[in-house]
Amino acid sequence: MTQSTPALRLEGIVKEFPGVKALDNVSLSVMAGEVHALMGENGAGKSTLMKVLGGIYQPDAGTIFVAETPVVMSNPLDAKKKGIVFIHQELSLAEELSVAENVYLGELPTKSMGRVDWKTLFEKTDGILTRLKVNFDARTRVGDLSIANQQMVEIARALTVDAKAVIFDEPTASLTDAEKLVLFEVIADLKSQGVGIVYISHRMEEIFKITDRVSVLRDGQYQDSVLTKDTTEEAITRMMIGRNLDLSRAPVNHDLGDIAIEVKDLSCGASFHNVSFQVRCGEVLGFYGLVGAGRTEIAETLFGLRQPSSGTILLDGKEIVINSPATAIREGISLVPEDRKTQGLVLGMNCRDNMTLPQIDDMKAGPFVSDGAEVALFDLYRDRLDIRTPGWRQTVGNLSGGNQQKIVIGKWLSMHPKVLIVDEPTRGIDVGSKSEIHKLIRELAASGYAVIVISSEMPEVLHVADRIVAMYSGEIIKTFTSEDVTEDNLIQAISGITPK
Amino acid sequence: MANTARQKILTVVGNHGILIAFVMFMLVFALASPKFLSFENLQSVVRSSAILGVMALGVTFVVISGNLDLSVGSMMSFSTIVVLDLHDKLGPTLAIPTMYLMTLGLGGTIGFLVGYLKLNSLIVTLGMLSAIHGLTLTYSGGKNMDIDDKSGTWFSFFGQGEILGLPVPIILFIALAAFLGILLAKTPFGRKVYAVGGNATAASFSGIPRARTVFNCYLISAFCVATAGLLQASRSMGSQNTVGQGLELEVLAAVILGGASLLGGSGTILKTVIGVLILGFIQNGLLLIGWPFYIQYVITWIIIILAVWLDISVKRGKFWATV
Repeated sequence: MTQSTPALRLEGIVKEFPGVKALDNVSLSVMAGEVHALMGENGAGKSTLMKVLGGIYQPDAGTIFVAETPVVMSNPLDAKKKGIVFIHQELSLAEELSVAENVYLGELPTKSMGRVDWKTLFEKTDGILTRLKVNFDARTRVGDLSIANQQMVEIARALTVDAKAVIFDEPTASLTDAEKLVLFEVIADLKSQGVGIVYISHRMEEIFKITDRVSVLRDGQYQDSVLTKDTTEEAITRMMIGRNLDLSRAPVNHDLGDIAIEVKDLSCGASFHNVSFQVRCGEVLGFYGLVGAGRTEIAETLFGLRQPSSGTILLDGKEIVINSPATAIREGISLVPEDRKTQGLVLGMNCRDNMTLPQIDDMKAGPFVSDGAEVALFDLYRDRLDIRTPGWRQTVGNLSGGNQQKIVIGKWLSMHPKVLIVDEPTRGIDVGSKSEIHKLIRELAASGYAVIVISSEMPEVLHVADRIVAMYSGEIIKTFTSEDVTEDNLIQAISGITPK
Repeated sequence: MANTARQKILTVVGNHGILIAFVMFMLVFALASPKFLSFENLQSVVRSSAILGVMALGVTFVVISGNLDLSVGSMMSFSTIVVLDLHDKLGPTLAIPTMYLMTLGLGGTIGFLVGYLKLNSLIVTLGMLSAIHGLTLTYSGGKNMDIDDKSGTWFSFFGQGEILGLPVPIILFIALAAFLGILLAKTPFGRKVYAVGGNATAASFSGIPRARTVFNCYLISAFCVATAGLLQASRSMGSQNTVGQGLELEVLAAVILGGASLLGGSGTILKTVIGVLILGFIQNGLLLIGWPFYIQYVITWIIIILAVWLDISVKRGKFWATV
């Protein structure tokens, strides 16, 4: 590793907003040929720092050096010209255009009279694509590519300039395991070419797999940088939140009640087939599997958003038909959906109104919504779930991810469901809120709820679930108890390699 | 720190922009013409805005639910023609409820198409604009509609009557605004309208029936249109087939000027009322200071652009988009 010169160096960066110091004297060096993880809870200042690097915000004080030359960036394109390139978590591609046009968007090579020089464009792009070892060519329409390949197009964009530093912002959020490996190869390749890489992720396993150094921000302040090989998950977590994240195995709850929900031979088109399971009161049943294994579809069927093609659902021993979310809610089934921003919350509404939405018809005083009842309900769950917000009037879109998720959970808890389904309870949430939500799920089970947790994170299901259902391509492969599950046999089951 | 001060100004302007603009207008016109702020003039502005205002109240619901209603202009022509025709055939007591039912039928059709069949509201109501115009012409045979015995009926009460010295159209407008304002702000139904407009998916995931909510918004809009038709018919006691033509855009302008987002999820009845009054006072003020009548369309457009621009400037925190 050549760590002679920093590719990117920040010195004393300060950025203030009314009432908050978002970045407080942050200094950081990313060496050439180094993969440098930047970690911190949501709200720690990572996004602000990225916006400063991208020229979206101007720092109030401090200097940015690229290859030891001080630079000032006025916008993202300018930053790119100066050698700082971003790979964003949310893709920003024009789907109807070809790969080549996307890669050189805004900088298409031209011939005389402004005509696009297609030959050069495709040649240059194919050159970059070869470097990335992808299996599509420059003429492919971007909309026809998988998400992972679209991400590759974003990366190809970064390679059109002589990048000194490439910043990856949660790049694996929507990638499958195989696709992740390809991404990691690309990162290793960039690294060997002497590019400094900043890698932002909440996923510890990735951090330990590919990064050389970890720097941590907390409350806008730089905490420390450590060599990845010299540190542990616990140590990083402690730096981020000032305490440990407990990811030990779930304590087995032997004190189970009656069967709350039982599903027999449930099928829904091509999504899942002949699925049977039961959940008792006081039990957490985990669903683990790859994206597309049919887990979310099962949840949506139980909540009335999809209609099963065959099979039965029994609630408290009685067979029920659920044909709409309203029916599901009435029968006592609640769903905390996978994507809180598009499915869980009306982002432009305030905290209270979001929380009371499913039961707004029952919050009446005469014909009107009872303000007092609503505020009382909100206050109750704000305190119970420790939701941090200046007040119920706060627009939900302004809260941090963790607090938003707690609003969604509060919304469904306040319905007193018999069965609570939680789909990806901690996606995109910082470590501190994560452990609070895990604790909450355990507490809910202990107080008698039947809870179904769907998660793509193995440590999470292992931590919260009493039993784990492993799914592969629409079928239940095996149901593990927390005594007989190991990481190995769980991975095998969800990859479809275990004989039944 | 200059940044912070600018941010604060932006926020204040953003939250109360419409009121600030309103007050500024009143001041400018008051200085330009002494008659402007007289009671008679104010009353005449509100009175002449009442028909537009009543329609804007209903469209506010549709816009907050995340949809558009471009059919209200021709639907108002329909209501006016129908009630005038039925007045002589059935008598006013039967004509009015029959006209309301027919108009609600049109609104229900739109509501069904947009709500239950999930068709795009722009397409549906733009089509309805011309379809209803066709219905009206077919119904009337293209002729103007007049009440035969104009002095021998109490029908003129709605458009021309007075209660305690206040014109009935103003009273109806205020009463309807108060009723719908409370419906929107204080009832579970109103909350559902905001939720469906703010995020239809999240509303469905909360068990809110999107289709029924949207359907009801179009019914409310049709009810308001019927009331506007009644006011129009009763004021003039006779009408052309095209009396409401072009009103759909003025109505939409008032709603947007009031600050409702075309994306849905925001807006209030009070803001719409202010939007309606601004439009009314602009027309009136321009006439009083002696500008040609037709220039009001241009000025109105400028005002709307200013309002929308201020609104998005605040949302993106700066006045210019540099890229």
